[in-house]
Formats: sequence, structure tokens, C-alpha cells
Amino acid sequence: MVSVRGLHKWFGPLHVLKDIDLTVAAGEVVVVVGPSGSGKSTLCRCLNRLETAGQGSIEVDGEPLPAEGRALARLRADVGMVFQSFNLFGHRTVLDNVTLGPTRVRRVPRPEARQQAMALLERVGIADKADHFPAQLSGGQQQRAAIARALAMRPKVLLFDEPTSALDPEMVNEVLDVMVSLAAEGMTMIVVTHEMGFARRAADRVVFMDDGRIVESGAPDDFFAAPRTERARDFLSKILQH
Amino acid sequence: MDALTAHLSQLGHGLVTTVELTVVTTVGAMLLGIVVATLRIAPVALLRAIGTAYVEVLQNLPLLALLVLFVFALPTIGISFPLFTSAAIVIAAYEGAYLAEAIRAGINTVGVGQAEAARAIGLTFGQSLRHVILPQGLRAVIQPIGNICIALLMNTSLAAAVGVVELTQAANNVNLVEAQPIAVFTGAGLAYMLLALIIGQVTGLLERRLAIVR
Repeated sequence: MVSVRGLHKWFGPLHVLKDIDLTVAAGEVVVVVGPSGSGKSTLCRCLNRLETAGQGSIEVDGEPLPAEGRALARLRADVGMVFQSFNLFGHRTVLDNVTLGPTRVRRVPRPEARQQAMALLERVGIADKADHFPAQLSGGQQQRAAIARALAMRPKVLLFDEPTSALDPEMVNEVLDVMVSLAAEGMTMIVVTHEMGFARRAADRVVFMDDGRIVESGAPDDFFAAPRTERARDFLSKILQH
Repeated sequence: MDALTAHLSQLGHGLVTTVELTVVTTVGAMLLGIVVATLRIAPVALLRAIGTAYVEVLQNLPLLALLVLFVFALPTIGISFPLFTSAAIVIAAYEGAYLAEAIRAGINTVGVGQAEAARAIGLTFGQSLRHVILPQGLRAVIQPIGNICIALLMNTSLAAAVGVVELTQAANNVNLVEAQPIAVFTGAGLAYMLLALIIGQVTGLLERRLAIVR
């Protein structure tokens, strides 16, 4: 579904992604972990071209990423993204946030879009907040609304860029529960996160990044029980000791 | 007072012309301002350059000079419009540059994340602007836009210099007959003040009505 070959990315003199190869099959859930600054968010953002690749190729569903314009917009419609800071549209109600993409990009008639949006909001557990504005919702509710907004486009792949990092601890689980159920239903997901519990519960594969490289990649049980590299052992010992 | 009451219809016509000129130019300047602000943030360097050039040229010339140039110089190369139309075009073009800068400031208040989220659901640049960025950006600068509209109202009096009989010119004409400058221009001034107050009230109302829940 997603295929990355020899991806490099530079921010000025900073070499943030170094020769990344990553293939994600349809229905696979890949969790990307690693220390801050290791390039995991940048990798995630390259996949729908919010960041442009410096070098290398990225294919989504067999198609290379278009460079610009309408073709790129069409591709992004098929690649959902959930952001760390939710990024719900502040001037629109939750329902209008969810229907904007379907009505404007997919040309779904409004009544139908509303119906589908309500079903999605129901599913993420915030149907009662449909007519509220984002600022009237808690962080966890906002993030679930953002997931509904991404799902409304019926994406082929969902990218999560640290979806729980901006949440209060008691709200993390309500978002993770939604993500786990999506994973169980066969959604193709690439999840950048620090939630090791989620990686264990829902990931098919864990990818460990450090200093712009993929250092290690494997099944979650193997990765957490017996990391092969020193760097991964060091990382896990730091985050799992509590 | 007699100087004013004796010429009510003349002054009334001037006032109506001022209001018409203000309304027409405000609408034109708003549309132009949105277009130019959009050019200034466009992803294409050439478009940004055009937007910047527009703002720099029109902001850095006096409105009176532009009016005189348009009304007296263009006809010599065969281009001429009715006086009211000429004045409206020039004032709209001039105020459009100021509005463009205010609108651009508004656009800059909208977080990068909003634009990214808009692009991430597949909206094109134009769609993101229309449905996500401008609705929020414009709300942030309703007050500055109102101020520019008041300045625009005051600037319509410069149209008198190129022969449009708006309120200032009408007052001037009445004064030439009555020779009572205090009464005549105080009256005209109060009319301007009333119009400006109305714009201010509308601005305040819009700001409250359209406030984004934060």
C-alpha cells in the first residue's frame, strides 16, 4: 500500500531522514517509535507530501506521489492524517469539520455527507458533540473528531503523527481505543507514537528510528522482549523503566 | 443654520453620492484586497511578486495624485470613464492595497496546522483558502478592516478634486453662495461623523456575531 525507497530529507544542512526504506502492506499497522528528533514525524509528513522528499521515491497504492496541484490533492484525499495538535477547523462545528472534505473533495451531496458524518461521530463516541465548536471539546474529544474527519474521506491509509502526545493522561485511552478498533477492522495505519502499550496491542510491526535512520524493525513482541540493537535497548530501557 | 436648510437638497445629493461612492468602493476594495492578499501568499513566486508590487505601488503614492493621474492623464491616451466611475476605480484600487495588507495579517494569524489539515483532507489551495483560511483570517481582522473602511469614507472627499460632486464638494458649492463656512462645513463634518459611527457600529456588530468560540 505504501512503499518508500531510499528516502532522504534535509532541512537546510540538517540531514533528518537518511536512506529510509519502508513498505507497508494493505491492512498492516506499523508503529514508528524512536527518540525525539529521530525523524519519525518527518517521515510521516513526507508520506502525504506535507514535507517534500529530498531524494528517493514514495508510492501510495502503486502510484508515485504527485508533485503538486490537483493530483496531489487527490492523493491526499486518499491518505488520511491525524495530527498531534488535532488541527480541527475552529470556525466550523464538529459536524461541519467532518463533512467539509466529503462535500468539497468527494462531491458527496450534503444530506448524505451529514448522515455519514453522524455515523462516524457515533462510532468515535462524540455524536452528542456534533453541533459544538472544537474549542468546546476536551482534547480527547477533539482528537476523536479529527479521526472522524480523516475517516470521512474513506482513506486507503491513515497516518497518525503523535496523536496522543498533546493529551492529558486520562484522555489518552479514549483515543487509543478508537485507534485499536480501527486497526482491528483492517485499516492500513502508520502510527508515530510514544504509546508503547498501543504498539503492543495493535501493531503488526514496530519500526524503531534513530538519527534519521530505521535502525530496527520487527514484530512488537520480539522488539519489546528482545531488541536486537544497542540503541533500541537503550531507548526502551529509558521509557519502560517506570 | 439657514445656510444648511436652504440647500438641503443640494447637500443631500452630495451625501448620497458620498454614500454610493463609499459602498461601491468598499465592495470593490474588499474583493481586490482578498485577491491581492491571496497573491501575496500564493505558492508561486511570480504571483507573490505581482501582489507585492501592487501593494507597494499603490500604498506609496498619494491618493490625490492617483486620482488626478487617472482622470486627467488617461484621457490623453484615449481612455476615459465617467467621473464617478473613475473616482470609484481609483479609490477601490488604492484602498484595496491597504485592505490586502490587513487581510494578509489576518491570514497570518491562522495557524499553519489549519492549512495542513485542510490540505491533508484533499482540499486544493483555493479550497483551503475559501473554506478554512479566509473565514478565520478575516474574522481576526474585522476591526482593522472597519478602520480602513472609515479611512476610505474620508478619502472619498478627494473625489471632489476631480469634479465629483460628493458631500465635500456640495458643501463647498453651498459655501460659495452663502459664505458661511462654519455652519456649512460643520454640518458636512457631522454627516461624515455619523457615517463613520455607523461603519464602526457595523464593525463591532460583525465582530461580536462572527467571533470564533475559543
